[in-house]
Amino acid sequence: MNIKFNNVYVEDVSTVAGPFVIDGPLKFDDIFTDFYDNEDTFEKCEIKELKKAIDILLNKTNKNEKDIAFGMGSDLMNQITITNYVFEKYNIPFLGVYNACASMCEEILIASSILDKYKDKNSIITTSSHNMTAERQYRNPVEYGSPKPKTTTFTVTGSTGMLLTNNKTNIKVESATIGKVIDMGINDVYDMGSVMTPSAAYTLNEHLKQTKTKVSDYDLILTGDLGKYGKDLFKEYVKEEYDITLGDNYDDSATMIYDYKDDVYAGGSGPSCLPLVVYSDIIPKMKNKEIKKVLLIATGALMSPTTINQKMSIPSVSHAICLEAI
Amino acid sequence: MEKEKYKKLTEKFSPKENKVKNMVVAFIIGGLIGLLGQILITIYSSFDGISINEAGSLMMVTIIFLSCLFTALGFFDNWVSKAGAGLFVPISGFAHATTSSALEYKKEGLVFGIGSNIFKLSGSVILYGVVSAYIFGIIRFLFFGG
Repeated sequence: MNIKFNNVYVEDVSTVAGPFVIDGPLKFDDIFTDFYDNEDTFEKCEIKELKKAIDILLNKTNKNEKDIAFGMGSDLMNQITITNYVFEKYNIPFLGVYNACASMCEEILIASSILDKYKDKNSIITTSSHNMTAERQYRNPVEYGSPKPKTTTFTVTGSTGMLLTNNKTNIKVESATIGKVIDMGINDVYDMGSVMTPSAAYTLNEHLKQTKTKVSDYDLILTGDLGKYGKDLFKEYVKEEYDITLGDNYDDSATMIYDYKDDVYAGGSGPSCLPLVVYSDIIPKMKNKEIKKVLLIATGALMSPTTINQKMSIPSVSHAICLEAI
Repeated sequence: MEKEKYKKLTEKFSPKENKVKNMVVAFIIGGLIGLLGQILITIYSSFDGISINEAGSLMMVTIIFLSCLFTALGFFDNWVSKAGAGLFVPISGFAHATTSSALEYKKEGLVFGIGSNIFKLSGSVILYGVVSAYIFGIIRFLFFGG
C-alpha cells in the first residue's frame, strides 16, 4: 500500500555514534569512543546515547517537550526496553514500534500518517542500536570469539533522532509504501542480506508501480542494510524478478557506514544503520539541493534465536519512504 | 521466484570461504598449542617430585588459566576469531567459552547471572562428554574387561 503525504516535513535530525562507526567516513553530532561510555553496563550506555540524541535534536530545533505531540522509537532489545527507559525521562506521549532494521521507515510512515491531518504539530522519531547489547541478545557472549562467515553484518553502535513537523521546511516526506512479510526459506543467521533481499525487492517494485515512477526519477535509491554481498544479490534479483535495472543511483547503507579497515565483515546492520547514513550524509546534501528525490527502503530481518534453534527460517519485511527536497 | 531457485541465486553471490587457508592456520596454531603443552610438561617434570602424569595435569591447568586470563583481559576473542579451530578445539577453547559466559552475565548477579549461565556455551561439551564417557566406559568394561 502506498500513502501520499502533503503536510509533513523534516525539520532536523540528530546523530550520536560509537566505536567502529566513528572510524568510518561519516560525521556525527556527537560521538563516544568506548562501548561503556562511563556506564557500568552496555544497556545503560545505549540508554545514555539515545537520550543524548533526543536532547541534541530538541536543542538544534529550539523545542522543548511541550512542543512535541508524540514520540516514536525503536531499538533491538526485547520489548524495545532501551527506548522505553529513555522516553520515561520525557513528558512526551510515546509509541514503540519494532521492525528490526526496517524500523526507521516504519516510524516515518506511521508518524507522517498521524501528523498529515494536523496543523503545527511536531513528532520525534528515534532509533538506537548498540553492537554489544545486540550481540549478547542475538548471538554469543561479547567476549566469545569464533570465526564468522564473510556475509555476517556488524551491528552499528549509535542513536538517531528526527523531528517531523507540519511546518514547511525544505525537505518533504513525499510518500511511503508499506511492505509485505516475505520468507524465502533462508535460515542462515550469518547472511541477513539474502534474507532481506526479496522483501526489499517487493517493496521497491510496489513503490515504483503504485507511484508510477521509474528508477531514473530518483537521485538516490538507498536500501538499508543488505551488506556488501546482499547489495549485488539485490541488483540481480530485482532484474530477474521484476525486470528493474538499478544503476549508479542505487546504494546500500550497510556498505557506507564503516571503513573496511576494521573487521566488520559485510558492513553495518541494526535499526540505526540506515538513519545514521541518511541523517549525516543524505539530509545535508538534500538541504543543499545537491540531491532532490530520495527513496529509502529500510529492510528488516525478524530473527529470533528461539525459532532459529527450532529450525525455522527468517521472515523479512521492508518499507519505503520517499523524501523530496523542495 | 521459487525458494529453490532463490537459494541457488544467493549461493552465487556468497563469497567463498578459504578452507585451505583456514585449515593451514588451524593446523599451525593447534600445533603451536601442542608444542607449548609439551614444553610445559618437560619443564614441570624436570622438578623433583613431579611425575610425568602430574606434569600433564599442571600443563592443562596452566593453559586453562592463561586462556581465562587472556579472555578476561579482552583480547583472546580476537585471537580465536583469527586462529579458528587451532584455538577453540584444544582445552583453551573450552576455557574461553566458559570465561566469556561468566563475564557476560556478571552484571546479572551471582545466582541468576553467573550461576545460571556460566556453562551456556560449554554446557553441551560437559553433558555429552560425561554421557559418552559413561557409554565408552561401559563398552570397555563389557567387551574388553575394564
